[in-house]
Amino acid sequence: MMSHDHDHDHHHGHDDHSHLTPIEARVKALETILVAKGLVDPAALDLIIDTYETKIGPRNGARVVARAWADPAYAARLKADATAAIAELGFTGRQGEHMVAVFNDDATHHMVVCTLCSCYPWSVLGLPPVWYKSAPYRSRAVIDPRGMLAEFGVTLPDTTLVRVWDSTAETRYLVIPQRPAHTAGWSEDRLADLVSRDSMIGTGLALDPKDAAA
Amino acid sequence: MNGAQDLGGQMGFGPINLEDNEPLFHGEWEKRALALTLCAGGMGHWSIDESRHARETLHPVDYLSSSYYEIWIKGLEKLLTRHGFMTRDELASGQAMSPSTAPKRVLKADMVAAVLARGGPTSREKTGTPRFKVGDKVRTIVINPSGHTRLPRYARGKTGVIERFHEAHVFPDSSAHGHGENPDWLYTVAFEARALWGRDADARSVVSIDAWESYLEGASS
Repeated sequence: MMSHDHDHDHHHGHDDHSHLTPIEARVKALETILVAKGLVDPAALDLIIDTYETKIGPRNGARVVARAWADPAYAARLKADATAAIAELGFTGRQGEHMVAVFNDDATHHMVVCTLCSCYPWSVLGLPPVWYKSAPYRSRAVIDPRGMLAEFGVTLPDTTLVRVWDSTAETRYLVIPQRPAHTAGWSEDRLADLVSRDSMIGTGLALDPKDAAA
Repeated sequence: MNGAQDLGGQMGFGPINLEDNEPLFHGEWEKRALALTLCAGGMGHWSIDESRHARETLHPVDYLSSSYYEIWIKGLEKLLTRHGFMTRDELASGQAMSPSTAPKRVLKADMVAAVLARGGPTSREKTGTPRFKVGDKVRTIVINPSGHTRLPRYARGKTGVIERFHEAHVFPDSSAHGHGENPDWLYTVAFEARALWGRDADARSVVSIDAWESYLEGASS
């Protein structure tokens, strides 16, 4: 954002990027060359950014979870064929081509990682947070998942199995958190407000209605 | 390859460092990095597997000291130079100086919505019979290829159980190197934590990977 403003404030030539950080200059150089050669369409770049800023994010996944909580038939379809069930709500495409939904219950808590890169279900959660792509999470989620969860403030009973899914192929995993108590009869919109992004990665739980009321 | 990207089970990276109210992007350049990576990929000259391999072949010091969008940009530079779209001199100067490979296509703004909504499915038709079924005990092979693989080090030579079957998918170890898609049967294989990490591991945790059939052999008992 800073660099963009600077571009308008100053009227340097194209090759004067001295006010940019090294990575900003590097990205600017790439864009300049690709656009000059007609290899990328600047309007397409803007549209992609807008899509992930305004259209595709964890609100999508929250709608899936809320529907699954509210509608047992939908939950059954989500369990059987998550890609198709999620597409019913209009969420398809890039980094969500092959979806699997895994359901938390008292016996099992699911948690998702990509130890080899940054695989993440974009179609329902949007772009991954920095911590998900970082070495601490990727290294430790598989060898010490319970310790990792504790860092997120999630303490599970010892009797609960922690089930970690390392996304090593193009299958993308969506955790369906347990429905909080005292939400009987709630609308899907209200339920969706309880579904945090982290609860769908498995590093969090759905919000307690008391906390969400604020 | 046994590169810096293969992080599962490594130690010493410290706490998770969660950001309060983390922004979607940390600066304008991250937005451009995302969009450039997607648009350049949209030319259709490399697979997702080749792009992952371009990132994981960064020097480990570079990989581990770069943010993820930095890793993407460094990988993208490799892909663009490798495929003749730009030269190192152009990158250094920031100016287009030479003609490039003719792109197969250019992702135009009016195609963006449809392209993102379609994505890039990797499932493929395959005839024949999968060797394993859900519930089978399997052992992962031990390999240490210098090229791309999606079998992480921590899960090599380990015994687990087939938990899901995903039909056939593009085989990354081949696709990453331009050797064709060679679709292979894909399974989710679940391992007891103690089978992966030894006797001190949490007895109440299970870790799975998605593994192509050629990563697996049968395991009796």
